[in-house]
Amino acid sequence: MQVQLRILRYDPERDTKPQWATYRVEAGPMDRVLDLLHTIKAETDGSLTFRRSCAHGVCGSDAMLINGRNRLACKVRVDQLGTKISVAPLPGLPVVKDLVVDMEDFFAKYRSVKPYLVNDSPEPERERLQSAEQRARYDDTTKCILCAACTSSCPSFWAAKPYVGPAAIVNAHRFIFDSRDEAAAERLEILADEDGVWRCRTIFNCVDACPRGINITQAILEVSSAVARRA
Amino acid sequence: MTPSVGAARAPVIHDFQAVIVGAGGAGLWAALELARAGVRTAVLTKLYPTRSHTGAAQGGVCAALGNQEEDHWEWHMFDTIKGGDYLVDQDAAEILAQEAIERVIELERMGLPFNRTADGRIDQRRFGGHTRAFGEGPVRRACYAADRTGHMILQTLYQQCVKHDVTFFDEYHVVDLLVERRGAGGSVAGGAVAYRIADGALHVFRAAATLLATGGNGRMFRVTSNALTLTGDGMALAYRRGVPLQDMEFYQFHPTGIVGLGILLSEAARGEGGYLTNDAGERFMTRYAPRLMELAPRDMVSRAIYQEVRAGRGIDGGDYVYLDVRHLGRDVIEAKLPDITDFARVYQGVEPITQPVPVQPTAHYAMGGVPTTTTTEVVLDKRGTILPGLYAAGEVACVSVHGANRLGTNSLVDLLVFGRRAGRAMAEHCRTAEAPDLAADAHEPVRADLEALRSRSTGENPSHIRRDLASAMMEHCGVFRTDEGLRGLVPVVRELRERYRRARVQDQGTVFNTDLLEARELGYLLDCAEATVAAALARTESRGAHYREDFPERNDDRWLKHSLAYAAEGGPRLKTKPVTITRFEPKPRVY
Repeated sequence: MQVQLRILRYDPERDTKPQWATYRVEAGPMDRVLDLLHTIKAETDGSLTFRRSCAHGVCGSDAMLINGRNRLACKVRVDQLGTKISVAPLPGLPVVKDLVVDMEDFFAKYRSVKPYLVNDSPEPERERLQSAEQRARYDDTTKCILCAACTSSCPSFWAAKPYVGPAAIVNAHRFIFDSRDEAAAERLEILADEDGVWRCRTIFNCVDACPRGINITQAILEVSSAVARRA
Repeated sequence: MTPSVGAARAPVIHDFQAVIVGAGGAGLWAALELARAGVRTAVLTKLYPTRSHTGAAQGGVCAALGNQEEDHWEWHMFDTIKGGDYLVDQDAAEILAQEAIERVIELERMGLPFNRTADGRIDQRRFGGHTRAFGEGPVRRACYAADRTGHMILQTLYQQCVKHDVTFFDEYHVVDLLVERRGAGGSVAGGAVAYRIADGALHVFRAAATLLATGGNGRMFRVTSNALTLTGDGMALAYRRGVPLQDMEFYQFHPTGIVGLGILLSEAARGEGGYLTNDAGERFMTRYAPRLMELAPRDMVSRAIYQEVRAGRGIDGGDYVYLDVRHLGRDVIEAKLPDITDFARVYQGVEPITQPVPVQPTAHYAMGGVPTTTTTEVVLDKRGTILPGLYAAGEVACVSVHGANRLGTNSLVDLLVFGRRAGRAMAEHCRTAEAPDLAADAHEPVRADLEALRSRSTGENPSHIRRDLASAMMEHCGVFRTDEGLRGLVPVVRELRERYRRARVQDQGTVFNTDLLEARELGYLLDCAEATVAAALARTESRGAHYREDFPERNDDRWLKHSLAYAAEGGPRLKTKPVTITRFEPKPRVY
C-alpha cells in the first residue's frame, strides 16, 4: 500500500523555522515508522535526520511524536496508524535538526535524583539477599529505557520546564523501593522540591506514552506518598 | 559555499590520561575502574551510553554460583572451550570462568535486580551448551533479570558511572585512532579523533591509554540481531592502523531470530524448556544433538535449522521453523520471558502463549576481532608483540574466550571480566606512561577523508552499497560456506570498495549529519567484510560457526590455530597464531 508520511523538518543551517514535508512511501502493514523513515533517507533524501539504534524498542533512541502521540518509531506499525502518518520531534524539547531533539536537560534531570544504588553497610561475602516479593516491589520501574517519551508528553513539563519530569521520578522510584538501598530519604528530599513530584497532575499522558508499559503515574503517586509521609 | 566538515577550524584538543571508545558494558566497567583509581578518563560514545547494544542482551549471564545445583567454574571453563570447538585460548577461558563469579556478585552489590531464588539468592537457569560434570547434561548457570539481563547490566553500570562522576562525551563519533611511529621500534597509541555529531567539529583526545570497546559488526549481514550502529568501527580503525584482525571467519548466527527482521528471541526461551519444531511438528534436534537437544550450542542449532529447511521440512516449505513455548504456560512466559513475548506480538503479530513463533537464524556475534592479551593489551603478531597504550575489550576484541563459537551468555561474561581487566590494566599503565607527543596535524588524514566523502558532487548513494554488501555476505558468508561462494565474494567486496570510493552523501551540513556518518560506517563494514571473507576462504575445515560444505570436518592437524588478517594493498595478508591449550586436549565435539 502507499502511505502518506508528513514529517516536520528543520535544518538549522537552512531554515528559520520547522516546516512540514510530505512523502509517499510504499509500505506493508507490518512495516514500522522507522522502516518508512529509512526508506526515505535511503531513496529520497539522505539529509532526513533521526536517531535510531537497536530498532526493536530496547535502546530508547527513536522516540518521536507519531500521529499525535509519543511513540518509538521502531515499535509502531503502519497497520496501527493507517495510510496517513505524521511524524514530528518530541514536544517540549529543543529541536536540533528534523526529528532530533536536545537530550542534555533530560539526562541532567535523570542524574539529579541519585539514580544509583547507595548502600554503605559492610558487604556480605556473597550477594545481598532479596526476596522475590522485595524484588517485585520495584520491578516495573527497572524497565525504563530513558527514551523521554513520558517526560516530553507531560503538560506539567511543558508548562514548567524545570519540572524534573516523569522519567527521573521513575528512576528515583526504582531505588527508593529497592530493599537494598539506603538513600531513599535523600531522594525524597530532592523530589520534595517545588519542581519535584508535586508538579504531577495525574494526567496519565506518560502512561500512555511509555513504550515499556510502565505504570508511571502509579510510580509517581507512590513516590509522592513517600514524600508526604517523610515529614 | 557550504561550510566544510570539521571545518578549516582547528580541532578541539583534550588531554586525558585514558580514553575509552564505546560505552557498552566493557567500556563502562573499564570507566568505573579508572574512576576508582583516580585516572582522568574520557568516555566517548557515538550514542548515549544507555543506547549501547549491551542493553539488548536478554537471557542471562553465566557464573558458576551453584545457587540452584552443584556447579564449578572448571565446568564453565570446559563448556566454553568445547563450545568454542577448541579454538579457545584456555588461559583466557580459565580467567573468564573464575572471574565471572566475582563479577556477577559485584553487579548484584551495585544494585542489579537479578531474579531471586526462594531463599533470596540470585536465581539461575539453563542455557545452551552450559553443562554439569563436563557435558553430562544441562546445568542452571545463567543468572538473569527476566529477559532483560543486558538492559539491567547496562543500566547498573551507567548508574555507577553517574555515581562516580565519570566524564562522558555523548554523541562523539570516533573516526580515527592516534598511533605514532617510534623509530624502528614500532608504534605507540596516543588517543583518538572524534567527530562531534552535534556540530561536525573534530576533537582530538590525547591519552596514554586508549580502549576500544565499540562492539561488533553484525550490520555486515542482511539479517541480524545487531543494532544499526554495530558497524565494526573499532575493528576497522585498528585494522587501518596495522593491527591484525583475528579469527574473523568465525561469526555466530543465533538460531532464533524473528523471520526477516532478525530481532533476537532469547535462548532463554529454550533454557526455560521451549522446543524447536519443523513442519511435521517434530522436535528435530533429536537428530542433531540427542543429549542437549535445543540447548546444544548455537552453531549446531543454526545449522540444524537450515538442514531442516533444505530437506523441505521448514514450516510450509519455507525457510524457517517454529519456536514453541506454549507448554510452559502463561505464568512462566509472562514472568520470565516478557520482552521476547512482546517482540513476537509487535513484530510478527504472533501470540506465543497460544501460537508457535516462526524463527530463523540471525547474524548475532563476532567471535573474532582485535587480538589482545588476557589483560586486554592489543597484540600485533603471533609472538605477542603489543601496541603500547592500546587496549580492547568486549565484542570488538578477540582474547580469545569464544574460539570458533561463543556460548550463550558468555558475551556478557566477557565484557564484565575483560572490561574490568581493561580498566585495571589501563590504570596501571597510566601510573607511569604519558601521552605520546603527537604531530599537530595528527587529525589531518581523517579530516581530509571526511571532507572528500562529504564534498563529492556526484556519486552513488552509500546506502545502496551497504545493502548490496549485506546481501552478498548473507548469501555467501553465512551459516554454510563453500570455496566457490567465498572465491566469488572476493571480487564482489573489492568492487563494493571501488563503488564506495566514488560514493556521495546527500547531506552536506555540519549539524547532526547522520548521512555522512553512516557512509563512514559503511567503510568500516567493508574492511570487516574483506578480512572475514579472506579468512573464511583460507580456512579449509569446518569448526564451530565456520562451516565449509566442501570441508565438513574439523582438521586439527592443519587448522588448530587462529587466523590473523592484516590490511594490505590488493587484499588482506593472512597469518596464523597458535592456540593456547592448558587443561583440555581437543576432542570430537558431540552433544
